[in-house]
Amino acid sequence: MNIHEYQAKEILRGFGVPIPAGKIATTPVEAEAIAKELGVAVMVKAQVHAGGRGKAGGVKFCKNPAEAKEKATAILGMQIKGLTVEKVLVTVAADIGSEAYVGIIVDRQRKKPVFMVSAAGGIDIEQVAAQTPEKILYLPVDTRYGLRGFEAMRMGFFLYSDVKLAKQAAKIMQQLYAAFMASGCSLAEINPLVATPTGELIAVDGKMVVDDNELDRHADIEALRDVSSEAPSEVDARNCNLTFIKLDGNVGCVVNGAGLAMATMDLVKYYGGEPANFLDIGGSSNPEKVVNALRIITADPNVKCILFNIFGGITRTDDVANGIVTATKANPLKVPIVIRLTGTNEEIAMKILTENGFSASADMDEAVVKAVAMAKGGQAA
Amino acid sequence: MSIFINKDTKLVVQGITGRDGSFHTKQAMEYGTNVVAGVTPGKGGQMFEGTVPIFNNVYDAVAKTGANTSVIYVPPMGAADAIMEAVDAGCATVVCITEGVPVLDMTRVYPFVKEKGARLIGPNCPGVISPGQAKVGIIPGRICIPGNVGVVSRSGTLTYEVVYQLTRAGIGQTTCVGIGGDPINGTNFIDCLDAFEKDPNTHAVAMMGEIGGTDEQEAADFVKNKMTKPVVGFIAGQTAPPGRRMGHAGAIISGSAGTAAEKIEAFKAAGIGVAVRPMDFVELIKAKLK
Repeated sequence: MNIHEYQAKEILRGFGVPIPAGKIATTPVEAEAIAKELGVAVMVKAQVHAGGRGKAGGVKFCKNPAEAKEKATAILGMQIKGLTVEKVLVTVAADIGSEAYVGIIVDRQRKKPVFMVSAAGGIDIEQVAAQTPEKILYLPVDTRYGLRGFEAMRMGFFLYSDVKLAKQAAKIMQQLYAAFMASGCSLAEINPLVATPTGELIAVDGKMVVDDNELDRHADIEALRDVSSEAPSEVDARNCNLTFIKLDGNVGCVVNGAGLAMATMDLVKYYGGEPANFLDIGGSSNPEKVVNALRIITADPNVKCILFNIFGGITRTDDVANGIVTATKANPLKVPIVIRLTGTNEEIAMKILTENGFSASADMDEAVVKAVAMAKGGQAA
Repeated sequence: MSIFINKDTKLVVQGITGRDGSFHTKQAMEYGTNVVAGVTPGKGGQMFEGTVPIFNNVYDAVAKTGANTSVIYVPPMGAADAIMEAVDAGCATVVCITEGVPVLDMTRVYPFVKEKGARLIGPNCPGVISPGQAKVGIIPGRICIPGNVGVVSRSGTLTYEVVYQLTRAGIGQTTCVGIGGDPINGTNFIDCLDAFEKDPNTHAVAMMGEIGGTDEQEAADFVKNKMTKPVVGFIAGQTAPPGRRMGHAGAIISGSAGTAAEKIEAFKAAGIGVAVRPMDFVELIKAKLK
């Protein structure tokens, strides 16, 4: 789960990381008031879950409160990568001497969190990694020991030759690591970490991504979720314990298992169709899940045909069949449905479906071909 | 022969009295797996289905029954601890079915398991089946038949799909392994390919990968440099949009590493037969077995 810059900064501040003062505003008048209260030049920064906010014009320097109001007017409501800006962070503009990059990411190759630090901060770290890899220090951390003092100091001296700055940086590494672990992150970064001309380090931008699997442990972080930044159908699906991602096509897919769901989307495309979504109803099935899945999929006006692809292992196919019958009785379908199911309790499922006027096949390719044809307005092959 | 599990597997089930644990233990027993013990803290001394003794911890289970393999059905927040307990108690093979294990937990588990020299499969996986010998996990027994093809996959139901199609075509399997869809798991493609290469009964391997990470590319290098047996591969997520997590924590395309196109290229470069659709495995494997 992504959290906003201002939320990440609050967490980091709690762990001692030096963060410039600032507050969140949802209107230009609020932005002006915050700038006035801060009493210095400020940055007005769009709070959306997208990279490249600066390049999109979502981050502006403002000399005075009037300018803060003016810039906030421009930024609030603007679109950045398809997301509408609804909040801005108004924060003290730091006096920049130099900019460094500090990040931690869980690395699947090393199977550890790995620090990436570079004195070439402020810009795209992927670009630095691609063009000048020698400017990045990679430091894997054994989470059984945590970040050890000498490791933090090594990174401090990699960034700064001045011992005072190196020590400050080492302390920030420890604080960042503590925040990363305590929040169950898969990524945490400070970019840029600014050294001011007077020799102070300050985290001017912060980002944290929390492992979805950790959220059961972290009600405080779950509470930071910004549902306005997600498609409503995806929020609805998550509340029903379904994994759903909206796409642009017209074949609505209901599948059990992530791998099979992806393979089904691929097959739809292979046979000339376009999937309308990724939807995994998961393992342990109950008819309720199917009812919810159908409700979410049929809410998409683009969907011209619904395709079920169920391979029953843990999932009982009779549960799925019952779900289809229940859902369509309550809300008759306006688009055709193609059902493929095989596996656990297949015979019972087929009987339930046939008795209720549905037909189903046991072959995946056959079902996909039929669904693609129906979505195009054709007849079943 | 087979890999990881066989007729000598003596299984302890951690979380045997839970909903999933009890259901799948019955299935495994019906399949003929030698289930020797169960573990549920607080239920030690009871019996499961009247035949399998339940213990409070894995140490007691191993000491009393000689269990050598564990399967884990405990909830996600306790799964990492359960894995380490099984390994510490002496289980050489541990299969963790549990989905939703935090990745930072796995950063502690992985080095511990390696240092103890144990084999961890999963988490977030359907488990392992050696048809006709033993079933550890949730892969449906009736879709498999004994034979000469090794199957390894990051997915669950997609594995069933492919195994089902192979079985329908009369192509049997030595062992089917679901390694799981998480970013950090105990066993990767290379571990399985290496084991299949060394297993005399395996004559060809079917491998199902997904978008995300570079495991498939590394597996392709291994096939090219270290394997004599033919391999056929498939990548799920060819049409997935970048930056979105497709259910599995690992199934996300980020940066340049992890797209389906890259992985398919790597397969081709390594001489791996590429199945465009799951059904293509049948003809490609048939051709390789000739």
